[in-house]
Amino acid sequence: MRRYFKNLNFSIGVVLSTVVLAMALVSLFWTPYGPNTMDAHHRMEAPSMVHPLGTDQYGRDLLSRVMVGALNSIIVGLITVAIGMGAGVILGLISVWGGRLTDEAIMRFSDLLFGFPAVLSAILITAVLGPSAVNAMLAIGIFYIPVFARLTRASALTVKGLDYIAAARAAGQAEVTIIRRHVLPNILSPLIIQATIQFAVAILAEASLSYLGLGAQPPHPSWGRMLNEAQTFMALTPWMAVFPGMAIAWTVLGFNLLGDGLRDILDPRLR
Amino acid sequence: MSDALLDIRGLSVYFFTPEGIGRAVDAVDLSIAPGETLGLVGESGCGKSVTSLAVVGLVPSPPGRVVAGEVRFLGRDLLQADPETLRRIRGREIGMIFQEPMTALNPVLTIGRQVAEPLVAHLGISRTDALKQAARWLDRVRIPSAQKRLGSYPHELSGGMRQRVMIAMAMICRPRLLVADEPTTALDMTLQRQVLALMGELKAELDTAMLLITHDLGVVAQTAGRVAVMYAGRVVETADVGPLFAGPLHPYTQGLLRSMPLLGAGRGRLHEILGTVPAATDPIRGCPFAGRCPSSFDRCRHEAPAMETVRPERQVSCWLYEDSKQETTG
Repeated sequence: MRRYFKNLNFSIGVVLSTVVLAMALVSLFWTPYGPNTMDAHHRMEAPSMVHPLGTDQYGRDLLSRVMVGALNSIIVGLITVAIGMGAGVILGLISVWGGRLTDEAIMRFSDLLFGFPAVLSAILITAVLGPSAVNAMLAIGIFYIPVFARLTRASALTVKGLDYIAAARAAGQAEVTIIRRHVLPNILSPLIIQATIQFAVAILAEASLSYLGLGAQPPHPSWGRMLNEAQTFMALTPWMAVFPGMAIAWTVLGFNLLGDGLRDILDPRLR
Repeated sequence: MSDALLDIRGLSVYFFTPEGIGRAVDAVDLSIAPGETLGLVGESGCGKSVTSLAVVGLVPSPPGRVVAGEVRFLGRDLLQADPETLRRIRGREIGMIFQEPMTALNPVLTIGRQVAEPLVAHLGISRTDALKQAARWLDRVRIPSAQKRLGSYPHELSGGMRQRVMIAMAMICRPRLLVADEPTTALDMTLQRQVLALMGELKAELDTAMLLITHDLGVVAQTAGRVAVMYAGRVVETADVGPLFAGPLHPYTQGLLRSMPLLGAGRGRLHEILGTVPAATDPIRGCPFAGRCPSSFDRCRHEAPAMETVRPERQVSCWLYEDSKQETTG
C-alpha cells in the first residue's frame, strides 16, 4: 500500500475522487435543502452562510444540487464503464479465441465505432432514442465497447502466447478455464487503469450531453445541465456556473490522476 | 514393438507459411517402453519440440498441421482422438515440463493452487485435499518449508525452485509418460544435476516413462536409456545410450559427439560441423545431412536413406551402412 501512496498522481487522485464519492454518498441521505425545492424569496442569491454556494434562478440551493449532481455523475461513470467493459471484454476475448474471421469482423466493427467522434455519435444516438439520462449513458457506454474490446484483445493476445498458458494447456485444462483462471487475472491491471480513465471521460461526456439538453432532463440535477441553465445569467450570477464547472473539473481531474497513478504503479515496465 | 507405451510411426508435421511448406517433422518413428527414458537429441529447430507437441495435440495451428502418421499411446491413436479426450490425457496420462521455469508459471496464482490444479481438473479432488497433496509433492521435490510455500507467488521463488514446482505439477497425477522439453537448459550446472537426479528418482518411483528433449548430450548421457538423434526433422539414428556414445554410426552423431567440450581435454579448438542446417522450407532430395557430411557420396545427394536396423537395437539412416543392414526390420 505504501508503494501506492508514494505516487503523487495517485495520492492526489484518491483525495479528489474520495471527496466526490463522499459527496455523492452523503447526498443519498442528506442534503442541506431539497435539490429541487424552489424558494421564490431567495432567488439567485450569492454564496452566504445560509446557502454556501448560493441559489439559482428558482431559489434552489446550489450546494444541494451540486451534491446530487455528484451522485448523478458517479452513477453515469459506473454504468457506462460497466456497459463498455462488460461487452468490450467479452468481444475482445471472442476476438482472440474465435478465429481469424470473427476477429476481423469484431475489430473492423470496432474501427467503425472508433471512427466517429464520441460525443457526435452520442448526440446521434440520443437524437434517435430521445434525450434522457438513461439514453445518454447507453450512448456513452456503447462507444466504450471498442475501447475495451481492443485493449482486451491486445492484452489477451500477449498473455495467450506466454508459456504458462501453454503449460496450462499441457496440463489438460479446458480452454474456458484457461481464459478465466489464467488470462483474465493477468489482463486485469490494464483494464482497471482504462476503466478509471474512461470513468472520468464519461462524466465529462455526460456533462456535455446534458449541457446540450440531451442527457439528464430538468429538474434532475446534473452538472452539465446546471451549466447550461447558468449560461444565461453568467454576467449576473457567476457562481451558478462556477460551482458546477468546478465540480466537473475537480472530478475529471481526480479520476484522471487516479488512472494515471494506477498505470504508473501497475505497469511493471515503469517501475 | 507392440508393448510400447508410446509408439510414433511416420509422424509428419508441416508448417504452412507464406514462405513455403516447412517440414518441421518428417516421417519420424519413435517408441518408448513403459518406464523407459528416451532422449531426443538435436540442435535448435530440428523438430524435437514439435514432435513432442504433436504427441499431445498441441502443435500451433495454424500454421502447423500433422499431415501423416500415427501416435499410439496405450494402444490408441492420439492423432485420431477428439480434443476432449486429448485434454483428459494431457496432465493426467502425459505430464509436460517446459524449458523456461521463469515464465511457465502463472504470476498471479499461488504455487499451491497451480500445483493442485491438475488434481482438481482431472481427478475431481476437492481443493482442500488437493492442496494437502500439493504440499506433500512440494516436499517431495525438495522445496524447503513446503507448507508455507503453497501461499507463495512464482516471483518469490528462484529458477531452480520454480522448475521443481513445474516437476511437481507435471507429476502430481502420476502420469504414465513425462515429456520434458529442455527441462534444465535454463538452469546452471549444479542445479541441472540436482533437477535431473530428482526427475530420475521420481520417475523410478512412479514407474513413469520419459521423453527427454534436449540439445545437451551431457544431459542425455546422465539420464536417458535410449537416444534418438534428430536432424532437419528426421530421426537419423537411434541406439542405447552406451553404444551410441561408444561408437556413433551416423556422421551427424559423430560430429555432435566430437563437438562436445570435455573437461581436461586441452585447449584446442572445438570440433564443428561445417555448413548450416537446410531451412525447413528447402526442398530436400536425398539425405538432409549430405551437404555437410564429410563422408557423403553421390548417392546421398539423390536418394534419401531409410531407417535400417544395422545392429540389434540400433537403427541408422545412412547409406554408409547399406551393407551391414540386418534382415530383422524394427
